[in-house]
Amino acid sequence: MRTLVVAKRLIKQIVADKRSIGLMFLAPIFVIFLLNIILTSSTSKPIIDIVSAPKEFIEQLSENAEVKEVANEQEAIDNLKNDKSNAYVVFKGNTPKITLEGSSPTINGLVMGVMQKNMSKSIRTSQSLIEPEISYLYGSKNLNAFDSLAPLFMGFFIFFFVFLLAGVAFLRERISGTLERVLATPLKRRQIVWGYFLGFGLFVVLQTIVIQLFIIYGLNVEMNGNFWCVLILNLILAGQSLALGTLLSTFARNEFQLFQFIPVVIVPQILFSGIFDLRDAPTWVTMLSKIFPLTYGAEALKSIMIKGKGLFDIQFDIYILIGYTLVFLILNSLALKKYRKT
Amino acid sequence: MSLEYIIRVADLRQQFGKHVVLENINIDVKKGEILGLLGPSGSGKTTLVKAIIGMLNPSHGKIIVLSNEMPTLSVVDRIGYMAQADALYEDLNAYDNLYFFGELYGMKGSEARKRAKEVLELVRLIDDAKRPVRTFSGGMKRRLSLAIALFHSPELLILDEPTVGIDPVLRKQFWNEFERLKANGVTILITTHVMDEAEHCDRLALIRNGSIIALDSPDRLKTASGKETIEGAFLFYGDERNGEAI
Repeated sequence: MRTLVVAKRLIKQIVADKRSIGLMFLAPIFVIFLLNIILTSSTSKPIIDIVSAPKEFIEQLSENAEVKEVANEQEAIDNLKNDKSNAYVVFKGNTPKITLEGSSPTINGLVMGVMQKNMSKSIRTSQSLIEPEISYLYGSKNLNAFDSLAPLFMGFFIFFFVFLLAGVAFLRERISGTLERVLATPLKRRQIVWGYFLGFGLFVVLQTIVIQLFIIYGLNVEMNGNFWCVLILNLILAGQSLALGTLLSTFARNEFQLFQFIPVVIVPQILFSGIFDLRDAPTWVTMLSKIFPLTYGAEALKSIMIKGKGLFDIQFDIYILIGYTLVFLILNSLALKKYRKT
Repeated sequence: MSLEYIIRVADLRQQFGKHVVLENINIDVKKGEILGLLGPSGSGKTTLVKAIIGMLNPSHGKIIVLSNEMPTLSVVDRIGYMAQADALYEDLNAYDNLYFFGELYGMKGSEARKRAKEVLELVRLIDDAKRPVRTFSGGMKRRLSLAIALFHSPELLILDEPTVGIDPVLRKQFWNEFERLKANGVTILITTHVMDEAEHCDRLALIRNGSIIALDSPDRLKTASGKETIEGAFLFYGDERNGEAI
């Protein structure tokens, strides 16, 4: 009951603070939009030479790439070497053979992104294409399609913005003395923690929906899973971040100190969450990545969005995230003992 | 037991790490009494108030409030508390602030709305009730804090420097209200460093450097020290204490 009183007050308070609301919804959109421009501007259409391919394939490919038809493979290889193209395609029967220039991971990613889109479209329409053979002129195996990064970005942005807002809001309550004051009322420590969780939760739900709609429909990334599964997962991730933000704000005396947690707590999570391939990293790095909650969130988002899996397949990740959330909430209510001993 | 004690502080020592803030504090507050804690800032008044309200664990000694040993949550809803620093939600208006705290004390419905009006009228904020608190002056915030402390009609009021920044006319009205509450059996513990305000208290505890240097009615403190003002009495007992130390 008192939990709801706290939640209700928090909602009123946030509604009264127009700038925070603006920040909550516009800031993530703005950053994601910029990221989209960076990753898709000027080189958004890779140059792909076609040595031989079905007409249908070429038509679809030219929607997303600059397509040139060349006479033979030798000419295509020369173009690659002279940076006149980024990749070329040869069909051997039904199997497309794609050769990439290979030196720039960004361009590799771009080409593979376009190819994947094209493949999945073709598969849906004709069912006749087989997994392509991929090779690199300069032998690089390090490939990252933007689409495969999108789930990570989405998870990260939800995680990051919720962390910031929840952390600062709770911190403000402490700096203004209201936290100490409400703890001199019959309000229990855990009631204020849960009240914050619920009150902020409302805005987090809205924010998550907005970010998710923008990434999936605004940026039109590859999405093979169910929209609602992704939403549920994002909300669990956001809840976890909300709990972490309020917990860490307990250890900060002012906003400046709270922001210092970003390089220490947030940045490593991003680095270890799968943006970089950790397979060849030392064991302790792998172990470290298993500690970070964001790793599980990113892994699960990838499974749903790219591999098209359902909630049941990623239940392990969900349990871990919920477990972290509960631990953070309990720790926070213990940390409040600083203000009231009972 | 002919007397009913609302607050009993016995042999209290309060320390943070090695730093002792309060030592050897003994105070009994009777029902319907106004007890003033008088002392300069840094003397330990606020720490004593926080210990009584149950926000601190006594390092040594015992605190009993309304027959319960502190710290406990079970009597908190019978206490009205006004902290030294105004703790208000700046983005919310006065009414929402008041109502939020009221709800935490279990007030609700039409009864709560009626009572909110009453206390806002009492502190002269009824016309500003819908303004966000961030537009309030220091005195207005003080008044709103008092309204919050009075809202749930507690039987014990603990007021930490309630009249700072309040104009003399309103201050007099506050004291009239305190007298009226006292007549209804409400017990009041009030801290102040304003000497003339101290005259209104039934009994005064003079606090200096974390110890009580004298505890009696204002008149008897003046008589016993042979001074004409409370300030004179304070200086007298302070010197006496210094003499002991040497």
